[in-house]
This record gives sequence, structure tokens and C-alpha cells, in this order.
Amino acid sequence: MTAVTEVNSLRQGPDESGRFGGVFGGRFVAETLMPLLLELDREYSRAKTDPAFRKELDFYLRDYVGRPSPLWFARRMTEELGGAKIFMKREELNHTGSHKLNNVMGQILLARRMGRTRIVAETGAGQHGVATATVCALFGMKCVIYMGATDVERQQPNVFRMKLLGAEVVPVTAGAGTLKDAMNEAMRDWVANVHDTYFLVGTVAGPHPYPAMVRDFQCVIGDETKRQVMEAEGRLPDVIVAAIGGGSNAMGIFHPFLDDNSVKLIGVEAAGLGLDSGKTAASIERGRPGVLHGNRTYLLQDENGQIDEAHSISAGLDYPGIGPEHSWLHDIGRVEYVGATDSEALDAFTFCTRMEGIIPALESSHAIAYAKKIAPTLSPETVLVVNISGRGDKDIDTVAKHLGVSL
Amino acid sequence: MSRIARRFAALRAERRGALIPYVEACDPDFATSLALLKAMPDAGADLIEIGMPFSDPSADGPVIQLAAQRGLAAGATLDRLLEMVRAFREDDSETPLIVMGYLNPIESYGYERFCQVAAEAGVDGLIVVDMPPEESAALEKFMEPAGLDMIRLVAPTTTDERLKLVLGHASGFVYYVSITGITGTRSASAADLEAALPRLRAATDLPIVIGFGIRTPEQAAQAAGIADGAVVASALLATLSETLDQDLAPTKETLPRVLAQLEELSKAVRRR
Repeated sequence: MTAVTEVNSLRQGPDESGRFGGVFGGRFVAETLMPLLLELDREYSRAKTDPAFRKELDFYLRDYVGRPSPLWFARRMTEELGGAKIFMKREELNHTGSHKLNNVMGQILLARRMGRTRIVAETGAGQHGVATATVCALFGMKCVIYMGATDVERQQPNVFRMKLLGAEVVPVTAGAGTLKDAMNEAMRDWVANVHDTYFLVGTVAGPHPYPAMVRDFQCVIGDETKRQVMEAEGRLPDVIVAAIGGGSNAMGIFHPFLDDNSVKLIGVEAAGLGLDSGKTAASIERGRPGVLHGNRTYLLQDENGQIDEAHSISAGLDYPGIGPEHSWLHDIGRVEYVGATDSEALDAFTFCTRMEGIIPALESSHAIAYAKKIAPTLSPETVLVVNISGRGDKDIDTVAKHLGVSL
Repeated sequence: MSRIARRFAALRAERRGALIPYVEACDPDFATSLALLKAMPDAGADLIEIGMPFSDPSADGPVIQLAAQRGLAAGATLDRLLEMVRAFREDDSETPLIVMGYLNPIESYGYERFCQVAAEAGVDGLIVVDMPPEESAALEKFMEPAGLDMIRLVAPTTTDERLKLVLGHASGFVYYVSITGITGTRSASAADLEAALPRLRAATDLPIVIGFGIRTPEQAAQAAGIADGAVVASALLATLSETLDQDLAPTKETLPRVLAQLEELSKAVRRR
């Protein structure tokens, strides 16, 4: 924790206006929502310094989410690739099967503190939706999940899961019917129901304070990783690789290492059919800064500032933007952003499943794909951590289809 | 005096509020939206809002969202919108034109360049839905020199403290969002509006117009009577959309029906 107080720390953002590096982030929303964001900012600031809030969150993280998640030494994969020592941060072992519950648990406790009774959320792959529906069941709160109609199609198991948990799932047909459109619709719902509704954002994007708050709740991943790698290897890791859609699992594992300059941080965006195919979700590599969904960040957009549809085999990465703090970390060069294609992710999915007996989410498979690519080029002393942000059961249908198997 | 100030002064002399219709640029195509824009003053428009289509209009309801999609499909850009404004100004130098939309297309165009080109074309004010005063410094500094008014939205959720901040960054007129919600959905009651206005009046001398959820001639007349004007957007766009053929192309019904509806609204506002 000493790093946080260092004068030159990269962990101090955002500033009071919600900006990272003075440029990215902010609060670009309609006036109706501004007072709510200011209230949320106040309430969150109060909660995060309240030991009772921390204690309550720690309780639920341990006994309900199932933290800490293990750090697994991927022995067979390491031997097969013949390079860096590969460790996996097992976020897929959390309750509901992904890192999403870390954030959702924090925000639901905050919503309860604020007296809200109705929760709305957007979801892409459905992981955030399932996590949100889960805590709403746990606390007996009303839950409405907006999900792009395309995603509803390709993530049927998660849709059914959310319904079982008592959530209302609203398919959004506007646009391409993916995460971006679900986000628009969730914001519309919030605007219309401000008196009792809490908007539970699933990633490190959106208007301030969401990017900072979601990051804070996800930092448990990186804090644990640091401790666990120290225990296993007696030193810090050399490389950390994580997949990025909006960027919450990556931010969670990166942030506690930002001031550790020896640790190379690599964010893997979804390159879709290839970075230059025009069918990608690689906002940093193929986008430019703009304003969408309440924040300034790198966006896939045309020359007129209209937002492009993203493309990825993974519904959870299928978003034309990225969290604003990532945009800043890219601009200052602290984190390296690269891409992995749909087919590289599919290969990595199969590889990880066969080598380690771990079926990773297609999102996480992008990180594995890049780790797989660089591991052989690194020395055996190199400690590489890859974040397995979610489990892949939900993706079985998609993978089967791509492998030409009918279930 | 700006066109907007002149128009509100004239309306005060007539002792009535303004009727402010909305037209989405290039919806369903450039020629139709331009013909509609040009015909609106004769059908009773006192000021006109021109919607700048955006791919992700997250504060708007389905009607405006679909209009924006049609506009974009027909090739709407800021340059096309400004072409409409120039063409309108060839025969009308008095009706104020307000451009309404989201920030990203303006940011992409360039703040300084947009303000200059828009003002030269004959735009009088901007409403940027997703740009609260806290985020507006970068655009605002080019608006005043160009002579563009910054029309601000005020919502029922806006606290007294924020009201000062918002109005400190407002000119032209103030747009009161009468409901907490998106465009074209539910409507505020006359009682709600009457209760809301004194707070705004006490805080500003600018004209106040009411928008979001005003559909019928009665509602328009009521809002224009309580405040200084009424904005009607989704109701007109819904009519326009009904007249389109299967390929979303205009029919011979399109202009007459939208304009007839505008005339009804205008009559009600003037009758009061």
C-alpha cells in the first residue's frame, strides 16, 4: 500500500473532475444524470473510507464470492511452450464464474447504503448480468438487465441463468444489438427511474466515478496476485497479461503493479478478424479519442465521429470503447496494448483446456493467446501471469459452432 | 440583439409563447428534411431545432433514435446539416435555428472550426445533450466569439446549487427537461410544470422553454403558456415515420402530414 502515497505514483488518478492525465474520463452525461453522479461520487468517497463498509465487503468477498482466488502454476503449458514460467490467476473460480462479482459485490453494498431498491445493468457476454442478478437475488432487490439482442442469441445459457435468478432480461434491438446498445438502453432506464434506481456499471468505463470505483473493487485481483507471486517466487512477476473489452479485469490486475516499473503490463484487445480487417474491437489500436457513454476515451469511430460497431467472437469484448484509465496508460506508455484475433483466441481456448484442464472464457482466451505467443520468446526465469478472468462454459455453443461441431 | 433574443422579444409583445418544432437532419433524406425545414416557419414554427444524428443517442427515446438512424443511413454529417442551414437562410433570415445533438461528432469536426462554420451558415445556438457545464469549457470558448448561444438543459433533478452553475453557462434560452426520462416518453402534468417554473424564473431572466413529452396541441399550448415556449420533437418524428414507405423513403403524404400537425400545434399555441 505504500505505493499509493508516493508523489509520483501512477495510482492517484483520477482528479476531482474524473480525469486521468487531464484528458481521459470525465462526466459527459445529460443534466438529468449529473446530480446523481455527484451524489454517487460523494457516497462512494464516504463508503471507501468507512471501515464498516470495508469489513462488510471483505466478509462477502471471502464467504460468498470465494476469495482469495488461487494462483495456479500452469506446469504443462509452461513445459509445452518452453519459455516463461506461466501462472494463472484463477478469477474463473469466483462464484458466478468470473471476476465480475468482485465489482458487483462492492456496488450492491453501496446501492444498499444509498437506499436504492432497483438495479439496472448492461451486459455483453452476460457475465456481468449474471453477477448482478446473483447479488440482487442475494439481497432481494429488483433487477433489470439490458442485453443486446445479438448477445441474447449467442449467450443463451447466461440469459436463462439471469432469469432463474429472478432478473428481467430486456433484449435491445437497436444498432447491432451488442454491448454498446445495451449500455445506451441501461442509461435511458436510469434517466427515467432516477428516484429508486441504481445503475450498476460492469466495467471501468462510463462517467466518473464509475471507472475509478469499478477499478477499486477489482484491485483485489492484483493485490492478491502480488502477494501470491511473492509467496511462490519470492519476487514480483515480470509480465502480466490480461484481456480487455471495457478493461475491468485488466485494470484490476494491473493497477496494484503500476508503480512497479519492472513489471511489464500487457492488455490484449480483441482483434476480431484481424486488426486491419475493419472487424475488430481494438479501440486503442484502431480507434482515436472521443466521447461516448459519459467518458472521453479511445473509440472505434468513423471520420464523422459516429461510433462504429465492434466485432469480436467474444461478446464480452465486443465494445467500441475502453476504460479511460487504459487510454491514459496507453498514452504514457505504462501498459502495452496488443491484439489477438478470433481464431487465435479459439486456438488458445482449446490449448488451455487440453493442457491445464481449465476451460477459459473466450474473453480470457485472448489473454492466453498472447501469453502463448510470447512465452516461448522469454527466458525460463521469466515469471508471467495471465489473468483467467472467467470460465468458458457459457461459450461452449459458440466454440462448437466455430469448430464445426453440432451439439 | 441575437436572432433568438429578437424572436423572444417579439413573442413577448404578442403575449404568447414560442412553438419550437424539431427536424432531424437528412431524415428520411436530405431533400425531404430540407423541404420540411423550409416549410416550418409558414406552418407556425417560431424557432426550429435541427437534430444532428448520432449513432448512440443515449438520452433519447426510440422515436428520435430511429430518426437518427434514418438520417445517418441517408448520409447525414455535420457538413450536410450546415448545408441545410445555408439553404434555409437563403429565404429566411429571422427564424432562429438551434442545432441539437451529442458532443462526439462536434469534437470530431473540431470545436473551433465547427463554431465558426455553424455561425457563418446561420446557426444561432447549440444544445449539446451530453455536455454538462463541467465539461463545456473547451467548446464554450469558441461559441461566444462566433456568436452562438449555449442553450442549457435543466432537469427536475437539478438542485438549486447546480441551477446557478448551469445558468452561469447558459445563453439564448433555457430548456427545461420536464420529466426525468428520455425524449418522447411520458409527459409532465400542468401542475408539475407550474410548480417547477417559479424556481427557474427566480434564477434567470432568460426565456424558458419546456420540452420532452409534449405531444398534443393542448400540451403544447399549456407548456407555452406556463413557460416561454414548447418544444415538440418525437410527436412530429413519429408522424413523419408513419408516412414513410417500406424502404423508409418519403411518400407524398410525408410533408403535408407533418406540416398539418405543426399547424395544429401552432394554432393551439396562438389561441391561448
